[in-house]
Amino acid sequence: MAPFPLNLNQLLQPIGVNLLYVLIGFGFGYALEISGFANSPKLAAQFYLKDLTVLKVMFTAIVVAMVLIFAASSLGLLDYNLIWVNPTYLWPGIVGGLIMGVGFIIGGFCPGTSLVAAAVARLDGILFALGGLFGIFLFGETVDKYAIFFNSSYMGRFTLMDWLGLPAGVVVVLVVLMALFMFWGGEQLERIFGKVDLKQAPKGRYYAAGALLVAALGVMIIGQPDTTDKWNRIAAEKELLLNAREVQIHPGELLATLHDHKLNTIMLDVRSEVDYNLFHIADSRRVSLDELPGLIPELHLEPKNTIFVVMSNDETAATQAWKILVAESVPNVYILEGGINNWIAVFGAEDSRIHPLATSPGDDMLRYEFYAALGAAYHASDPLPGEYNIEYTPKIKLEFKRGTSGGGCG
Amino acid sequence: MSTLTRTQAKVENRKFSLAAVFARRAEKPYVNPYFGGAILGVILFLAFFLTGNGLGASGGLNRIVVYFEDLVAPEHIDRVPYLLSMAGGEKNPLDNWVVFIAIGTLIGGFTSGWLNGRVKFTTGKGPNISNRQRWFWAFVGGAIMGYGARLARGCTSGQALSGGAVLSVGSWAFMFAVFGGGYALAYFVRKLWN
Repeated sequence: MAPFPLNLNQLLQPIGVNLLYVLIGFGFGYALEISGFANSPKLAAQFYLKDLTVLKVMFTAIVVAMVLIFAASSLGLLDYNLIWVNPTYLWPGIVGGLIMGVGFIIGGFCPGTSLVAAAVARLDGILFALGGLFGIFLFGETVDKYAIFFNSSYMGRFTLMDWLGLPAGVVVVLVVLMALFMFWGGEQLERIFGKVDLKQAPKGRYYAAGALLVAALGVMIIGQPDTTDKWNRIAAEKELLLNAREVQIHPGELLATLHDHKLNTIMLDVRSEVDYNLFHIADSRRVSLDELPGLIPELHLEPKNTIFVVMSNDETAATQAWKILVAESVPNVYILEGGINNWIAVFGAEDSRIHPLATSPGDDMLRYEFYAALGAAYHASDPLPGEYNIEYTPKIKLEFKRGTSGGGCG
Repeated sequence: MSTLTRTQAKVENRKFSLAAVFARRAEKPYVNPYFGGAILGVILFLAFFLTGNGLGASGGLNRIVVYFEDLVAPEHIDRVPYLLSMAGGEKNPLDNWVVFIAIGTLIGGFTSGWLNGRVKFTTGKGPNISNRQRWFWAFVGGAIMGYGARLARGCTSGQALSGGAVLSVGSWAFMFAVFGGGYALAYFVRKLWN
């Protein structure tokens, strides 16, 4: 598995983690200040086309960080799955953005820059930050009146790659080209409205732009690792777990986990729709192996106490599913031991409506016939833990996921 | 200058070197915006690379507000689901990475300002308004901004910068909305800045 982002909570004491965030914040504040972001007239000039510092600094930062992130990912150093990508709530985001634009031109800052302005004793920055606190207070008091809108148009982890249907490397190149075009346009506007002499600007910026574009093209050529690449990188280590049967949990343990209210258990049934309709465990979700990769972003947004259990009739397809999820860094994934066949053997033995087949149908096939396709309406679909006294070796160890602790402006 | 006095001067320099750090410095110009942006980009990358999280500012402020609300009216927190998620029961709203980013931002901004001679009590404003008017509008703009930032689930740093760099569709839509809102109103408030 890609070594970054680090598992900070395992590596450092809480104080160390906090200190790291203070250091990152230090760099952030420092970079904003040297760029002139504590100076409100300079920021506001963006909107009168006289000084496009805001556009230049923001888009340079975005494209530089983007190229570095995707370069690190294509080299197998950084796991993009574990990076916090702001989930898209389209309309609240757009309306909030418009309101912020209004606040920006009236107040002259945004929240981050007002902190920096306050730090260098600018009185308008201090007043803006106080106003910001008041606005945030008002929001907390009013949001529950329109919670439906606040939570509307939710699209989850939705990236430009998903939207355009293009590989990450191509999107990276397109974004860099767009930024360079905006810089060129911005400089023309500064020349016209701000009477800036472009001949005074350092020539080095052309070289920097060239280097950035070359790096982006490099990212596009190398490409991002796919699930197979990711699995191959970790296969040696993870095959050991499979062979030692450390991730195959007994039906009894699954039942206990389902009834453990401290855990959020998600069951993914990768069998055919026919088998699923005949019989499945209550609350399990059917997803084919082909659909599984598309589900990964959603699974990464589940809370920290989530256990994923994959199942097929025996274990073959479930093991395939396990490999896909583990390669994509989904934490706490387990396989139902012996699959649905074993589950029925444990919980459905006394049901007169379920009969074992006379001849074995082959690997990973359903070994029972059913009175009707009742799905989850059989008693064995939703057994009560109190009725059984099952012995098993517990294997589930809740592992806290790395990276994404809740992101953005949480 | 004789050798002796030169040595003396050197000694004096060394003696007062600590004081020199704290002395008022000449104000230096800002760096080239592309250079500043590149530095900011590297910091943003390091944040993602090491921690998996980007940068944030309004979230830190939000949690400071909730902390004080929790001190004054804890039973009120328990009635509002949005606040409950941050400060319900034993939860300390300040125990969150984004608060430490905000603390670091203040220290970093101050340090850079100090080293470059830019720490001073001033008010940035357009030439046609008074300081008091500017303070009033800064507060109003801050309140609008703070409200919008929470509605959009992030500010310029947490949404536009961080989400933009990792190519979130929502963050890009947000970013264009911020510029759109600013440009749409700029003409009508030109007296504030020009």
